Amino acid sequence: MQTNFLGTPLKTPLVLASGVLGNNKAILERVWANGCGLPTMKSIGPAPRDGHSNPTVIDLGEGMINAVGLPTPGYLNMETEWLELENRDFPVNASIYGGSVEEFVMVAEFVATKRPEFIELNISCPNSDKHGMLFGVNADASYDVVSAVKKAVDIPVIAKLTPAAPDIAAIAKACEEAGADAICAINTAGPGMIIDIESQMPVLDFKKGGLSGPMIKSIAVRCVYDIYKAVSIPIIGLGGITTGKDAIEIIMAGASLVGMGTAVRYRGITAFNKVNKEIDDWLAAHNTTMDEIRGAAHREGK
Amino acid sequence: MITDLRPVMVTVADKEVHSDSFATLFFDFAIDFKPGQFIMAWIPGVDEKPYTISHHSPQRFAITVEAKGRFSKKAVALEKGDKIGIRGPFGNGFTISDKPNIAVVAGGCGMAPLAPLVDALEASRNREIILIHGARSKEFLLYPERFSTHRRICTDDGTQGHRGFVTELLEQEILARDILAGEDNDTPALDMVYTCGPEIMMAKVFAICEAHSIPCQVSLERYMRCGFGVCGACVCSDRVVCKDGPVFGSQTLREMEDFNTTALLKSGKPVPLNEYASWRCQ
Ligand SMILES: Cc1cc2nc3c(=O)[nH]c(=O)nc-3n(C[C@H](O)[C@H](O)[C@H](O)COP(=O)(O)OP(=O)(O)OC[C@H]3O[C@@H](n4cnc5c(N)ncnc54)[C@H](O)[C@@H]3O)c2cc1C
Ligand SMILES: Cc1cc2nc3c(=O)[nH]c(=O)nc-3n(C[C@H](O)[C@H](O)[C@H](O)COP(=O)(O)O)c2cc1C
Ligand code: FES
Repeated sequence: MQTNFLGTPLKTPLVLASGVLGNNKAILERVWANGCGLPTMKSIGPAPRDGHSNPTVIDLGEGMINAVGLPTPGYLNMETEWLELENRDFPVNASIYGGSVEEFVMVAEFVATKRPEFIELNISCPNSDKHGMLFGVNADASYDVVSAVKKAVDIPVIAKLTPAAPDIAAIAKACEEAGADAICAINTAGPGMIIDIESQMPVLDFKKGGLSGPMIKSIAVRCVYDIYKAVSIPIIGLGGITTGKDAIEIIMAGASLVGMGTAVRYRGITAFNKVNKEIDDWLAAHNTTMDEIRGAAHREGK
Repeated sequence: MITDLRPVMVTVADKEVHSDSFATLFFDFAIDFKPGQFIMAWIPGVDEKPYTISHHSPQRFAITVEAKGRFSKKAVALEKGDKIGIRGPFGNGFTISDKPNIAVVAGGCGMAPLAPLVDALEASRNREIILIHGARSKEFLLYPERFSTHRRICTDDGTQGHRGFVTELLEQEILARDILAGEDNDTPALDMVYTCGPEIMMAKVFAICEAHSIPCQVSLERYMRCGFGVCGACVCSDRVVCKDGPVFGSQTLREMEDFNTTALLKSGKPVPLNEYASWRCQ
């Protein structure tokens, strides 16, 4: 199911969510070989960071809660990885984060010299006190980050948004006005918390964590629906997508590409191949195409 | 019931202290199990780390911990009655060979994942197990009374058994069999070698096995967060050690360039294995 995204041909419309598996070239390539059209690298930050201590990722059955805390070698300490990625035959989306507009620009400028197909701005991570979400819940701050990065790089820029924004459509609109080439929605929801009642302690070391997987799918569908109404740039829809029918649903809300992260927990790395097939089967059974159903839920009378 | 979802607090039912730095904690709980699998152990307010299940029966299981850093020092200091959070089991475990001639090569704490494998192998008949067991010194040899199989022991300092490395004993064993096989055609070659210990040792064991065309299974260690193949913290080439492993067979090891060369730090930075090892066990 070949598709074209911002001028780059992708072999499938499925995207690997940032922060899931994307820690080295070999695993990105394996995900790609298993049916993912666009693997996203783990978010790259301005300075080395260990992230939080464990527990950081817990499966709740209907989804996960995580506070990994943006671990990163730091953008200047990734030479081995970039060298390996130089000779790749698959596209990559490089996710980056920063604690200020200046840091975002600094990281983006450097990462752009490594020629990933896309740069994704993580302005939406809930698991750090200083980074990410502070931008994603404020339209002016989102505008500032996106426009500064757009001026600094010549690679398509994707803004990744948080469902914690009171009006996610307004944030998306601000990003579009700032020059964003696409929107990625959503990052994890919440944050939530789980408490172990025996020890009377929050389970996550960071105490709070972002929710992902099937339990947030309806939030993701609503966000993509709202954003589709507000902007005309393409949307990568993700949040709880696990099956072909989930993918069809978020495409009907307006997504052009469909991302998956937590699905890897429930269906393995082969989730991408499985979902591609399920999408194809559904489209064939309904004698339709992805282009025809995109945004279908917005039609009058629906 | 302990599952691979959120941690369940369980009480330490028994504690066996092996030495200043080693202890085994027993829990009277049922857990699904295959030799080589691990659990994530959580001490609230401290950390959560992977540990192999080192004893298993339908009613109880245990982990054996070597005191190295912040978490493991707290873990070996737990007493009977204390609680710890457990989720799991995770990982693939060893594939038990149906062939008769097996060698198990353990280095230091690497005895922990191999012990339930030896138990399982001993329980099935028509097997000849050669157990080669090495440690820094005599005090670090785990479970000295546990198996009925004869052990060939070696220590770095010669305080017990052969002075030197497990790999020397493995090579001796293989060569002796080759020579005897040439003389009487009766001494069988090894059908499978299982190993766990420092990665440099496992790499040497694997190289010896490759040179003699003996299949081998090794149990790897990497920094872990989720334990179930999502976060990517534990990648080794294109495999996730927590889910695709921690046990890998010869075929996969041949393709894993990161085996014995590269591991990721907590930050995700790939570093040479010796740098990772000194970060893990200073
Ligand atoms: C699948 C699997 C099974 C395992 N099974 C067992 C087992 O059966 N028994 C067992 O004993 N162990 C086992 N381990 C290892 C175990 O999980 C721990 O890594 C080990 O116990 C050390 O943990 P710790 O928290 O005490 O040490 P750490 O706190 O990790 O400390 C180790 C050393 O590293 C240093 N260090 C820690 N963090 C940093 C940092 N951020 N920067 C620089 N230095 C740092 C510390 O100062 C210390 O000296 C297993 C590991 C895996 C992956
Ligand atoms: C363990 C884990 C780590 C994550 N790390 C990042 C990250 O570094 N950067 C980012 O933009 N999103 C990160 N996310 C969010 C995902 O990319 C995704 O937006 C979210 O999980 C919703 O999709 P899903 O339900 O398909 O997992 C992470 C999610 C998980 C579960
Ligand atoms: S520990 Fe998370 S993928 Fe292995």
